[in-house]
Amino acid sequence: MLEHIKISLRITVALLVITCGFYPALVWAIGQVAFRHQANGSLIEQNGKVVGSELIGQNFAGNRYFHPRPSAAGNDGYDGTASGGSNLGPTSKKLLDTINGLVTKYPDTKPAGGIPADAVTASASGLDPHISPENAMSQSARVANATGLPLAQIESMIHARTEGRFLGIYGEPRVNVLLLNLDIDGIAPKKK
Amino acid sequence: MNWLDIVRFAVFLGVLTILVKPVGSYLARVFGRERTWLDPILLPVERAVHRIAGSDPEDEMEWGRYATAFVVFTAAGTLLLYGLLRVQRLLPWSGHVTGAMAPDLAMNTAISFATTTTWQAYAGETSMSYVSQLAGLMLQNFLAGAAGLAVGIAFIRGLAREQSTKLGNFWGDLIRSILWVLLPAALVVSVILLACGVPMNFSKYVTARGLEGGAQTIPGGPIAAFESIKNLGTNGGGFFNANGAHPFESPTPFTNLLHMLAIAVIPAALTYTFGSLTGRRKQGWVLYAVMFALFVAGLIACDVFERRGPPLPGAAHAAAAMEGKEVRFGIADSVLTAVTTSNGATGSYAAMVDSMTPLGGAVVLINMLLGEIAFGGLGTGVISLVMTLLLAVFIGGLMVGRTPEFLGQHVGPRETKLIVLYTIAGPAAVLIPTAIAVVTRAGLAGLTMNGGAHGLTEILFAFASSFANNGQNMAGLNANTPFYNVATAVVMMAGRFGLLIPALALAGRFGRQKSRPHTAGTLETDTPLFAMLLLGVVMLTGALTYLPALCLGPVHEQLSAGIHAHDNDRPR
Repeated sequence: MLEHIKISLRITVALLVITCGFYPALVWAIGQVAFRHQANGSLIEQNGKVVGSELIGQNFAGNRYFHPRPSAAGNDGYDGTASGGSNLGPTSKKLLDTINGLVTKYPDTKPAGGIPADAVTASASGLDPHISPENAMSQSARVANATGLPLAQIESMIHARTEGRFLGIYGEPRVNVLLLNLDIDGIAPKKK
Repeated sequence: MNWLDIVRFAVFLGVLTILVKPVGSYLARVFGRERTWLDPILLPVERAVHRIAGSDPEDEMEWGRYATAFVVFTAAGTLLLYGLLRVQRLLPWSGHVTGAMAPDLAMNTAISFATTTTWQAYAGETSMSYVSQLAGLMLQNFLAGAAGLAVGIAFIRGLAREQSTKLGNFWGDLIRSILWVLLPAALVVSVILLACGVPMNFSKYVTARGLEGGAQTIPGGPIAAFESIKNLGTNGGGFFNANGAHPFESPTPFTNLLHMLAIAVIPAALTYTFGSLTGRRKQGWVLYAVMFALFVAGLIACDVFERRGPPLPGAAHAAAAMEGKEVRFGIADSVLTAVTTSNGATGSYAAMVDSMTPLGGAVVLINMLLGEIAFGGLGTGVISLVMTLLLAVFIGGLMVGRTPEFLGQHVGPRETKLIVLYTIAGPAAVLIPTAIAVVTRAGLAGLTMNGGAHGLTEILFAFASSFANNGQNMAGLNANTPFYNVATAVVMMAGRFGLLIPALALAGRFGRQKSRPHTAGTLETDTPLFAMLLLGVVMLTGALTYLPALCLGPVHEQLSAGIHAHDNDRPR
């Protein structure tokens, strides 16, 4: 028994050096040399200031921007330090009321196929950076109105930002909200 | 099910099946101490670790000694992790940690990671310093994962050997598991994850100023290194609260697929290793086929229910299927992830189980209740399946009136007792605590988000996940209370040791025997017919044990949704 305890402690220390020293240091070094942008959180800078991360959704409420999905992360949504979903059960009345409320108040054009599911539901992470292409399309008229850009141009911007499935099989088509909104800002700068 | 979903699942299972033979024969070489292409680099490291530890890989252990070494090693890991979590705020890289970790939560977390459960009653973003993530949680992801693989190998050795009471050297198997298996695989997976966008830094959290002027804190950390071993070790505890659904843990559908392969490949390949080490290849493939069939059944059922959506009226019905799911994964990839992680003893997820449909979520629950035998945990999956197989051998033997035998070894009264011990450990450790929780204030206090039938499912899920050493949770249950922290920790230990100690004892008893000659009266265990019998026994024991609880939880929720969808929000 005593022998086992001694070996346990010594082996843990030896493996600590390998698995928690050497290994993460190597991965870190590869990241900082070969994949600097990704390793540091895929941050996007404008005029030397970080405006967000490509991978982390953020709140947008103004008419000139595409809006992300509802979020259960933190009190106001999209809190980077409080990832998580609503955790409402599938037959919960609160879930039903929340969805019905969002459907009633839906501010944009309702597509023929109905309101896109992702527009009225909270994601698992609360930080979902994407919306479905249908969701983006249904918001395009509002954005065109607010920015003064032609609708066709907005729609082609959505197409350009639409990412397809991996190998045509895995995942779902999606549009990155922050990147799309940066495109909008690039073409139709905000009035100061 | 639409055709695209069938293609997604088929391609995943195809890739997995192709990898079974090469990976399985590599594992057989590693643990048979045969030559591998990594030897020139790793042999000196292995010798150095043994020299430091004072262990001798040639010193073969009997089952009792092997089990003691495993238990002591797990206990040492638990205590070291507990200590680290308690003092983490005094160490560097802890600026984002908001409060001290209470003793009950630290104890729960330590046991959770040392038993590969990685149940998380805390949120990683604000509760864990980078030192705790690496030297605490990630270290245990390696060590506890490797310990499971070591025991799995010892179990196979016991079944393969004749007239030998020795199962191998625990320390030798442990070190080989890390150096030859987990570490190289983790390095490769980490670098791929990095390229796909998973961060790897030690920076302070960044404050971004959004396009509309709002501030947003963007977390950081050594995520890429953590994520790969989280899945390879079938641990599953996420770096962040949202685990595999967090865009920093799995930014694309491809990374999600890679995570799923990392979970399933080694446990699946161990069936080939089993066939190889016991010299009965066909038996190994029969084990794989049974796992495969169970996995596919779960996939189909879960996909059908999730595609159908929750039983809600009106417009909410179609929309609610996306509640708790990410756009990049959608429904089908979330289903694949839920089925892989719940079968694979891995607590990771890409969609919130709590918001899945009642019956879709029930599939996840059932996978855990059946003992995680479809691929299963690292080293533990093949053990769980063989234990169930021995039960099938016993029942089959009774049916045809033969003495039960497996691999030429006699399954006598003592062996049967060990198998029964394993079989009843599950129901005892899952159903009794669930029953206690639903009749005590402390237990019901956890139901802060949902109540009624769904609340019961949440509690049942918590103990099923703890016992199966899975760690997945229905996060609506507030589990960070002294009651749940203590109760789930006890169940996690019951799950870890209640499976692995009887398994080692059984392996020791089998090894001691002399192989009996194969006769016309021997019950064949490597035929499709026996595979069907085994599947039947899995279903039968599972149904007899858990059907009443499942009826009160998910089945009740599904059936009553139309009747009173409105009154099961909060317990009263």
